[in-house]
Amino acid sequence: MENPDRNPWRRFLALPNESRSKTLIMAFLVSAVCAVLVSTATVYLRPIQAANRAAEEQARIAALVRGVPGMSTLLEESGGTLSTVVVDLETGRAATDVTGETLEAALADAANWTAIDPADDLAGLGQRPDYAQVYLLRDGEEISLILLPVAGQGYNGRIEAILALRGDMNTIAGIAITSHSETPGLGGRIDEAAWQAGWPGKETRDSEGTIRFSVARGAASSVYEVDGITGATRTSNAMTKIMRFWLGPEGYGPLIGAIRRGEF
Amino acid sequence: MAQRSTFWSTLTEPLVRQNPVTLQILGICSALAVTTSLATALTMSASLTAVLTLAAGLISVIRNHIPGTIRLIVQIVIIASLVIVIDQILQAYFAEISRALSVYVGLITTNCLVLGRTEAYATHNPPGRSMVDALGNGLGYSLVLLVIGGVRELFGKGELMGQQVLPLVEQGGWFTPLSLMLLPPAAFFLLGLLVWAIRTVQPEQAEAPEHSPPLAREGEE
Repeated sequence: MENPDRNPWRRFLALPNESRSKTLIMAFLVSAVCAVLVSTATVYLRPIQAANRAAEEQARIAALVRGVPGMSTLLEESGGTLSTVVVDLETGRAATDVTGETLEAALADAANWTAIDPADDLAGLGQRPDYAQVYLLRDGEEISLILLPVAGQGYNGRIEAILALRGDMNTIAGIAITSHSETPGLGGRIDEAAWQAGWPGKETRDSEGTIRFSVARGAASSVYEVDGITGATRTSNAMTKIMRFWLGPEGYGPLIGAIRRGEF
Repeated sequence: MAQRSTFWSTLTEPLVRQNPVTLQILGICSALAVTTSLATALTMSASLTAVLTLAAGLISVIRNHIPGTIRLIVQIVIIASLVIVIDQILQAYFAEISRALSVYVGLITTNCLVLGRTEAYATHNPPGRSMVDALGNGLGYSLVLLVIGGVRELFGKGELMGQQVLPLVEQGGWFTPLSLMLLPPAAFFLLGLLVWAIRTVQPEQAEAPEHSPPLAREGEE
């Protein structure tokens, strides 16, 4: 080369393919371009996906309520809608300064999250929000159904679900899994209606108030158990832990207590 | 004119004569998994064709500058990025179908059909031809998926694209759905019959037997 090219880009392209610097630079360039592509697509499409998920969650809540015997008539009587309430998990009362509209903003603030002591952190969450939006159905003054969003660590990732409790705050009225990433065909079967059909009518606490609910290993043998999923012990255990955490004192325990005492 | 005819043959060869699924038996895992209905088969076909065509184009553009030592990983990175983008688009605009396809869109990354075409063709040919070849192979894959998906949905549910075509017995018609069609083995049976039919019409596709009986054959994939 008598006249070496001054342009670094052309000099780079003219390098032999097997040279170490070209290999490294090509690897870096390809990764960088791909990273930009993927990030752009994800960031740009996230709002639309979030809207889809919200719509899906609403549909699941509607299906969950429809699946509870006698609920559809009650819904019609009460005007056809559930009321939503933001509760303060610490006190178990309706939150005074946070509403459904401002909930998202409040949860973006780290001050509104509480770290969970590892010994109490059954569901593997690490921290939980101080506020949660629950759905209530009232029959006159009495609460006849409450829908509680719950979440926790599953086998492959976060499991999110909505638990429906009857007015006694003890009998399960139903469960809906809103998102999970468990293994399809094994743990992924928590999504199936056939498995969820085993939940309604089960009880969460015994007469002394101790939480007894669990997902059994194998078939359910008591009123506190639902059938386990064969081949998905970790997912089944995760469901047990999620339920125990959220029904317990760190979760909705204070709220459930307040409702039982008729203070809500 | 000659240019156009080679383009045309590059595009149409993989449809039946060189079909990647029925001749090369590539990419059958997803072909079997997503064909319970025509709508999912169609979405999967479109996704794979888009990924394959774009990946072939991109790889062909940089083919003279891909170092041999990291050739495969560069191709996989490009394919995987395109798959993620397509998956995100499906989740945003076709949420319902995206859920039905679950992990299989992500698995396009590991579909040997895609890497096979980019490695065997796009790394040796200019972008235009590579994309035509990729499109042809994508359409060949789509053709098989649509045939199997259509048959399974029609005989498994009496529907096509969710529309009732054959009147069901439960609704006063004459058709009893074959639930076997919706189970995974049916896809194997149909694919086997399809391969048999194509090789009967085009005997040159049949492979010479590798062994003669009574030698026991090792299990193959």
